[in-house]
Amino acid sequence: MSMIALFGALESGLIYALVALGVLMSFRILDFPDLTADGSFPLGGAVFAVCVVNGINPWLACAAGAAAGACAGMLTAWLHVSLKILQLLASILVMVALYSINLRIMGAPNVPLIGEPSVFSGLVAADYSNQFWVQPLVILGFVVAAKLLLDWFFSTEAGLSMRATGANARMARAQGVGTSRMIIIGMAISNALIALAGALFVQTQGGADISIGIGTIVVGLAAVIIGETLIPAKRIVLITLAVIVGAVLYRLFIALALGSDTLRGIGFGPQDLNLITAVLVVLALRLPYIKRYFHRKKTS
Amino acid sequence: MKLSFAYSALAALVLAACSPAEQKPAAEQGASAASAAAPAEVKTVAITAIVEHPALDAVRKGVIEELAAQGYKEGENLKIDFQSAQGNTATAGQIAKKFAGDNPDVIVAIATPSAQSMVAATKTIPVVFSAVTDPVAAKLVPSWEASKTNVTGLSDELPLQPQIDLMKKIIPNLKSVGYVYSPGEVNSTIVLDQLKTALDKDGITVAAAPAQRTTDVPTAARSLKGKADLIYTSLDNNVVSAYESLYKVAVENKLPLVASDTDSVKRGAVAALGINYHDMGVATGKVVARILKGEKAGDIAPQRMDKLDLYVSKKNAAEQGITLSDAVLKEAKEVQE
Repeated sequence: MSMIALFGALESGLIYALVALGVLMSFRILDFPDLTADGSFPLGGAVFAVCVVNGINPWLACAAGAAAGACAGMLTAWLHVSLKILQLLASILVMVALYSINLRIMGAPNVPLIGEPSVFSGLVAADYSNQFWVQPLVILGFVVAAKLLLDWFFSTEAGLSMRATGANARMARAQGVGTSRMIIIGMAISNALIALAGALFVQTQGGADISIGIGTIVVGLAAVIIGETLIPAKRIVLITLAVIVGAVLYRLFIALALGSDTLRGIGFGPQDLNLITAVLVVLALRLPYIKRYFHRKKTS
Repeated sequence: MKLSFAYSALAALVLAACSPAEQKPAAEQGASAASAAAPAEVKTVAITAIVEHPALDAVRKGVIEELAAQGYKEGENLKIDFQSAQGNTATAGQIAKKFAGDNPDVIVAIATPSAQSMVAATKTIPVVFSAVTDPVAAKLVPSWEASKTNVTGLSDELPLQPQIDLMKKIIPNLKSVGYVYSPGEVNSTIVLDQLKTALDKDGITVAAAPAQRTTDVPTAARSLKGKADLIYTSLDNNVVSAYESLYKVAVENKLPLVASDTDSVKRGAVAALGINYHDMGVATGKVVARILKGEKAGDIAPQRMDKLDLYVSKKNAAEQGITLSDAVLKEAKEVQE
């Protein structure tokens, strides 16, 4: 793997770390199975692209993308809380609706952004020579900021109420927590993070495409679970760190699967990429147990 | 630390994959890209496609065959690195980064999303796109002139007038054209706009039937009954994948199918006037060879395919309630009985 490919994996890993933090918020903290991500990720990208093409500052455009994601998350939560639609179905409905909405926002299935200003403009050299490390570094800034804000939020009273809502809604209500409000706020934060990731993603891809959302939730979930398995923790500071590590590792596995000449040598082809990635992830998840197995063998 | 083994194993895995021989500082990479006439005997061509499907695979095979014909043989003096993004744009981005880091002599990027992420990832390595309908709208190149950047390539934009002429020949009193397409595919929506503008001049209407997923294709086609004289399909990935289901609807409702993908005639279309994707691969290979021989990508203008082949099927025509005229049959490159 070359340095550029390694930094490329870090870059997309860090982008998906924001998705993973969002998924952590909905699935783990609020216990809300949320598939809105597949729609809110491209929503963030679409809003960003349209803003930038119309001359709006890219930082503002990122904020607009995140705000749009927050609205999508609130809509899912509202469908569940107020209309009593099952969580999973509410999120599927919003995800499906967002496909059409995203097409409306973009006006076409693809909005190219090559040559348009981005949050990296001004930092990347004219010949792109430093792009490969500047972009991941800027995105790292976003991820660190998001992590610290989340860590802080969960130490506030509102944050603790939100954790209580996910852990035991009835108990939380008995303690005077407005659980409906907590779900709406939590889902807004979750999808704002995911949409922000979408806005950053389109800036590294050269364009916003309607298809970028496919599989977002799968990658987000994989990142959360890889992180939790490798860094089992109860403290929120460590949990948020774990999902970030999980997201970066997931993307590194894909880079490994892409770059391995050894795999090529034993007959694996480009069509096996997804399979190889899945096997690598399984191996990573079982490493602690495999290690324990060999350890036991040695001592017995 | 009971988990330390796990971490060190992971770290080793990642480090082992970063072989030091391939780690070049960015400055050095820029320099080696500038001096393209390096004496290296083995040339490397990296090819990526957003997804693997028959038309895109035909492009890739055409490129490799043409390079072989020009004396660049895989395994001898040419190394081909092919990567498929398996339909995932994030993976397309990572492939782009991998290629930018590997620093091959030429990169071939097949289909719009792959080409966009490749052009976003490198400004120095020559990129030859292929099977992109509108490279100017996709901002791969500023215009149809030689770009003066590192990008050139082949477009699969079909001249629409010959398609319209064909439709008129098949249904002489054509009043309305049904168009089944995915609203999520940029190539298909471009064709819809062009179709509307071109047919409007002749007083022919377009009945658009959007199908978001492959499974929506038959429903969309059925909605055209009574609204259209025939169904026209462009190179829409969803529609082409579901062509057999379209054929069933066409036979049931006597709505003749006219395609722009020549392979679709085998799968149920009455006629197709289209680009042969293998030929497009060959044309792409010619551009790649010119760059390998020392020309700059920026000095080669992006090209369209000008040769179209007509394929027809008498059997499908009869099933879909029409007879093909002798004039059409005479024009055809291939007639299926």
